[in-house]
Amino acid sequence: MVKDQEFLKSKASYCLDLAKKIGATDASVTVGHSISETVNFRNKSLEASDRSDGLALSIETYLGKRRSSISSSNLLDENIKTLIEKCFETTKITPEDEFNSLPDKNLLAKQISSLNLYDETRFENDKKIKYLKDLEETASLDNQIINTESSFTENKSNFILANSDGFCDGYKTSSFAASCVTVAKDENSMERDYEFSSKRHLSDIKQATDLGYKAAKQTIRKLSPKKIGSEKISIIFDKRISKGMLSAFASAISSSAIARGTSFLKDKIDQKVFANSVNVIDKPDIIKGMGSQNFDSEGVNSNTLQLIQDGVLKNYLVDTYNGKKLNLKSNGRSSGTTNLYFENGNISYEDLLKKNSKSLYITETIGHGSNLVTGDYSVGATGFLVEDGEFKYPVNEITIAGNFKEMFKNIILANDLEFEYSVNSPTMMIEGMTVAGK
Amino acid sequence: MSNFFNKSDLTRQDADKIVSETLNNCDDGELYLEESKSESILLDDNKIKSSNYSSDLGFGFRAISNEVVAYSYSNEISKDSLKNSSENLKSTLKSIKGTYNHEIPKSNKKFYEDINPIEQKTLDSKLEVLNKVNDFLRKKDESVKQVTASFAGEQKSIEIIRSGGEALTDVRPLIRFNVSVMLEKNGRKETGVYGIGGRQSYDDYLKNDNWKNVCEEAFRIASVNLESKPAPAGEMKVVLGPGWPAILIHEAIGHGLEGDFNRKKTSAFHDLMGEKVASEGVTIIDDGTIDNRRGSLTIDDEGTPTERTVLIENGILKNFMQDRHNARLMNTRSTGSGRRENYRHIVLPRMRNTMMLSGNQTQDEMVKSVDKGIFAVSFGGGQVDITSGKFVFNCTEAYEINNGKIGSPIKGATLIGDGPSILKEVSMVGNDMMLDPGIGTCGKAGQGVPVGVAQPSILIDKMTVGGTKL
Repeated sequence: MVKDQEFLKSKASYCLDLAKKIGATDASVTVGHSISETVNFRNKSLEASDRSDGLALSIETYLGKRRSSISSSNLLDENIKTLIEKCFETTKITPEDEFNSLPDKNLLAKQISSLNLYDETRFENDKKIKYLKDLEETASLDNQIINTESSFTENKSNFILANSDGFCDGYKTSSFAASCVTVAKDENSMERDYEFSSKRHLSDIKQATDLGYKAAKQTIRKLSPKKIGSEKISIIFDKRISKGMLSAFASAISSSAIARGTSFLKDKIDQKVFANSVNVIDKPDIIKGMGSQNFDSEGVNSNTLQLIQDGVLKNYLVDTYNGKKLNLKSNGRSSGTTNLYFENGNISYEDLLKKNSKSLYITETIGHGSNLVTGDYSVGATGFLVEDGEFKYPVNEITIAGNFKEMFKNIILANDLEFEYSVNSPTMMIEGMTVAGK
Repeated sequence: MSNFFNKSDLTRQDADKIVSETLNNCDDGELYLEESKSESILLDDNKIKSSNYSSDLGFGFRAISNEVVAYSYSNEISKDSLKNSSENLKSTLKSIKGTYNHEIPKSNKKFYEDINPIEQKTLDSKLEVLNKVNDFLRKKDESVKQVTASFAGEQKSIEIIRSGGEALTDVRPLIRFNVSVMLEKNGRKETGVYGIGGRQSYDDYLKNDNWKNVCEEAFRIASVNLESKPAPAGEMKVVLGPGWPAILIHEAIGHGLEGDFNRKKTSAFHDLMGEKVASEGVTIIDDGTIDNRRGSLTIDDEGTPTERTVLIENGILKNFMQDRHNARLMNTRSTGSGRRENYRHIVLPRMRNTMMLSGNQTQDEMVKSVDKGIFAVSFGGGQVDITSGKFVFNCTEAYEINNGKIGSPIKGATLIGDGPSILKEVSMVGNDMMLDPGIGTCGKAGQGVPVGVAQPSILIDKMTVGGTKL
């Protein structure tokens, strides 16, 4: 069983009391406990089981404007005492930083509403095994599939965040995740693809057979790929890739990147950075949402933020420290975005495919080719050539490149948004990017 | 050396008994105990932004029978906790019986000292170096707009207890020093990053004001990039500089030669053992035995002494990298490549220091032979799709080559290639093999481990460069 609130609260208050006692002017502490159980399958039989049971503690101590932190997994009182003393000794010799402080008291979350983030259902390993068996039976039906690997993970977590201004709250969360990776082979090639489902509640997880079927289908259609020539072409990003554009955007508007001056979106508030029709929203209070939270990692209340309105940048993601630097109030985003999404566009998926006589449909990218200082983007890619709305053949060993500044302004979104993950996007088209191939 | 048996009610005798009784009917497995102490100090935006100290303690208990691995970890080292884990392992493996393999090779060699780098240097003196870095770079040129510098130090003590009570221990120091600088000139911003590190004390790296060299290098890379033009797009010849660009070898070849992917036949290399996979003159090894290197290990995380494993010899595929589990299932021996990020993770076959050895040509000859191509000197990260064999890496310093001459710097671009065929495109191997500065971390299945790479300059006849200029 995951440790209860009382246990975590007692550890947290032990830490805060001790920090105060040895002279810290302020302190904040997070204590968490997490239990995970994973079963792995390969080629229709059990391959591994993995159980983890972990406590974690992190403490920040302040002496005026001086601050330092420690973290540990060892929660024995004696060890905590040694660490807090060490932390405070470090605090004393760390230089002052005028922006160091606990969050403003009036911004702290006051009422915690239930977002239904915890499902106490136990999905025993035997049931996980049954699920994965069904999944892999379906995934391996086609004889071009030569390897299947799948896993089911169940996680239950609990935490308490407390600070010396009297904030003390936390809550349980759960997650259930099933995933499947399949390998297909024909005389020309060997390819891999995947499908997964991750939810707060067990009953919302996709059917095993659906996952297996989809993974296999997506893998087989990649067989015998061709390399295409280098050219300017319009690119359609599958949903699983288009959401990555949102993540890159979120990194570029984090208050830390803005305050340091290392973002291509610095000084762009109230300016047009996306195409006119684009709206981006970050909504923390979606019931059962994978990214939902009552407050951020500093205890600051988080409300829904419209980040982009009709293409115009309206907000950064602000925490306490960088907020003070930028003269902005924290908007409860010290842990980053919550449930982030593009609103639907007004063209259907089918019409998007047909919009140009020829386009490249990307299903996977590899590499870390996003430069958030300059906005330059260049990654390896895999996908399909689409002609007149039809998928013609798979394509690989190519790169796609552009610059976010222009790419964002050329985004066209389909109207097929679904809320599956903590970041969600409809299918996306960007015109005018460069493909490098032959 | 940590004593794991003075922390709670768990004695060594208890642990031995539980381990032996749990693993009795298994093919392999062990109790892995770990205590790590780590420190990170970051200077950013003219200030000491954070100083963090962390201590971590826990165990991972593994039992293997046939193809099934059962694993359980906890950060509570106690009799109850270990018994719970034992029950958990037994319930997974209840219907599968094995025969325990007690054999594990021994060696007295050590490749680094039992030191705690964190304690060897006071916090004050570390803060002083970071502040000097900041002042030095900001005074150097008015284009310097942002400086980030950091120290990271760690000491990890491990003990492996096998069935029958055999115990193996190791103490591993690791440090890293990193500088990142952002320049702004005529409205353009570019960053340059450089770092050094290894399994030594901070002072081994910072003596003789060596931090200045790190600053100069980061500044030089950023300055070059301020002048960069859009990179070309398409297939062309690529000259790679020596040292760190060997992450190409790591991504393109290394991962595909790890035992697990080959046992599962999901690697593009699984049926190529003994075959020609590279041009003649190409020899690649994976070596865990180089003194004080970031990727070196005295013993791996299963207790096997590390070694110098020849992967490709003169173009021919000779060996995969193996941990005990995959080695047993493939009827071969462990190459001392079983590694894990920490006690929270299972062991996987991983790289250590992956190196292409020198040939006898010069970088000059390579550049002169290229009509149109690029010269890539430094890279950011890379990634590979094991199954299709396609891999990428991102240039952070590169130049165009026109008619045998190095020309303008070009913007960061991704290079993409095909692992099984790329080494056949190597037409010249330089005489200038160099080790990387000690900064690599390799990610696999969500686990990061420190690694090293090395190579001489090489000429690749055909690779796709992912720029924007057609």
